[in-house]
Amino acid sequence: MKTHRLEAGSFLWFLPAALLLSGIVFYPILRTILLSFARRSLATGFRTEFAGIDNFARIVTDSRFHASLWTTLVFTIVSVLAEFVIGLALAISVTSIRGGRNAVRAILLVPWTLPTAVTAVLWAWVLNDQYGALNAFLLHSGVTQTPIGWLATPASAMIAIIATDVWKTAPFVFVILLAGLQNIPRDLYDAIEIDGGGAWAKFRYVTWPHLMPFSFVALMFRAVQAFAIFDLVWVMTGGGPGGATETVSIYTYRTYMRYLDFGYGAALAVTTVAILSAAAGGLYTALVSKYERTF
Amino acid sequence: MSGLSRLLIVVGCILAAAPLVLHLMSSVKSTSELNLSPPTLFPHEVTLSNYQALFTKRPFLRYCINSLTVSTLSSLICVAVASLAAYRLARGRGRWRSAIRLSLLVVAFFPPIVYVFPDYEIIQALGLVNHLWGLILPYSALNIPFAIWLLTGSFQQIPLDLEEAAEIDGLTRFQMFRMIVLPLVTPALITAGILVFIFAWNEFMFALTFITIESQKTVTQGVATLSGAFAEEIPYGLIAAGVIASAVPLIIVVIVFQRWIIAGLTAGAVKQ
Repeated sequence: MKTHRLEAGSFLWFLPAALLLSGIVFYPILRTILLSFARRSLATGFRTEFAGIDNFARIVTDSRFHASLWTTLVFTIVSVLAEFVIGLALAISVTSIRGGRNAVRAILLVPWTLPTAVTAVLWAWVLNDQYGALNAFLLHSGVTQTPIGWLATPASAMIAIIATDVWKTAPFVFVILLAGLQNIPRDLYDAIEIDGGGAWAKFRYVTWPHLMPFSFVALMFRAVQAFAIFDLVWVMTGGGPGGATETVSIYTYRTYMRYLDFGYGAALAVTTVAILSAAAGGLYTALVSKYERTF
Repeated sequence: MSGLSRLLIVVGCILAAAPLVLHLMSSVKSTSELNLSPPTLFPHEVTLSNYQALFTKRPFLRYCINSLTVSTLSSLICVAVASLAAYRLARGRGRWRSAIRLSLLVVAFFPPIVYVFPDYEIIQALGLVNHLWGLILPYSALNIPFAIWLLTGSFQQIPLDLEEAAEIDGLTRFQMFRMIVLPLVTPALITAGILVFIFAWNEFMFALTFITIESQKTVTQGVATLSGAFAEEIPYGLIAAGVIASAVPLIIVVIVFQRWIIAGLTAGAVKQ
């Protein structure tokens, strides 16, 4: 029997998936692309008019979009790097001790499993200026005399959403990298030891090359998710104060659902995907070429 | 080195658990104790009044039932539909298989903001706004690429000899799939099912957009809007109770299904 024998009706296997995907995924992508070249808003009485590239011309000069893109980039780069460093440090630590691995992994997995919206509520209250545990601790220990409004100033609000994201997703990176570390044969380390290599040599010549594919998966997943961040910001700061934490997803959502400007919303969505694809493609090329050079 | 490792692990675990423990403490304090300054760490007196308020003044039980219904059905539909496609894909031509898997992967990486408005139009056209099926359909569909991707690898590992033997016994392709192949990939089906369940349980943007009435809200949206519910009093105790009550089911899921969750998360990296 050939593995790829095409039988009569073999498309039936794909039919349910194809139906659901066409309705909920593929048609919406097409619809978004078409709408991005149209005017359809409150101003047009929700009639669809062809707009050419007007929406994209508007994006080029839209300072609010530029600000949200910058916020999203800062959020993505800082939080993914912090998650990677923390996840890696924890994974190496857990590998180097005897026992307790499952208990540690279960405790660390809890933040990752919580709904992001619930995580946001949780941290918004820890950071609350009047009732928050953090301010209570800082006031009590005398670090500060007046309560700090963590979510009230642009810089501290940004730090707050990044810290919350790191709390939630460093465990994800940890789990992926731990699996990678457990895959490394022990005798490779013994070989380095026989050759007189120390801890750094072990990390550089055994751990790091073996961890590359795992790091790649973790970084890629996290970067793409962080770039799309919505619920965390929506619940914690609503994009504030004064738009300081407004990400591209938040701005696009508002354009669609509050300003009811569907043509421009679609153009923002298309632009977001284009930028994300370019960035992901660049990251992929950089990491894969680096990975190949390691060997 | 070992001492430093231990220190890092202890600090990591404390940081992971501390915010939840703080909320657990707050959730069993009385309103007057919550208003004390400086705040207390351990409750002077344990009260369940916040939980009582959560389930009586707010429809929290309703939120839970809605989330459970939506997540269970989404997970079952998604895994059933994806397993059919993944099996066919695993037994298909190599070139097609890679092309379809790659395009599914690309689609899975698209930010959800791309889908939310056009999907809203569709759900509205189907008359499913403020209806649980209005969430079940998108959650099932949006997780199909991930589930197919995860399951195709498992189906590919099953030797073809089994199916050849079954074919000689006169089984149809579907009987073969249902009676011989599916039982062999049960661990992968469980993994996919649990992860889709968690993703559906945690989803917020679609729930926020498609559901506007209290009786159909899910837990994520319910907890996020708890603070807006009472204008005069500070509902911190209620919020803490809401956070803990919505975290408990997931903590149980993590403890019970840890092995499967890890398997699913690492499948992408291990099987290249």
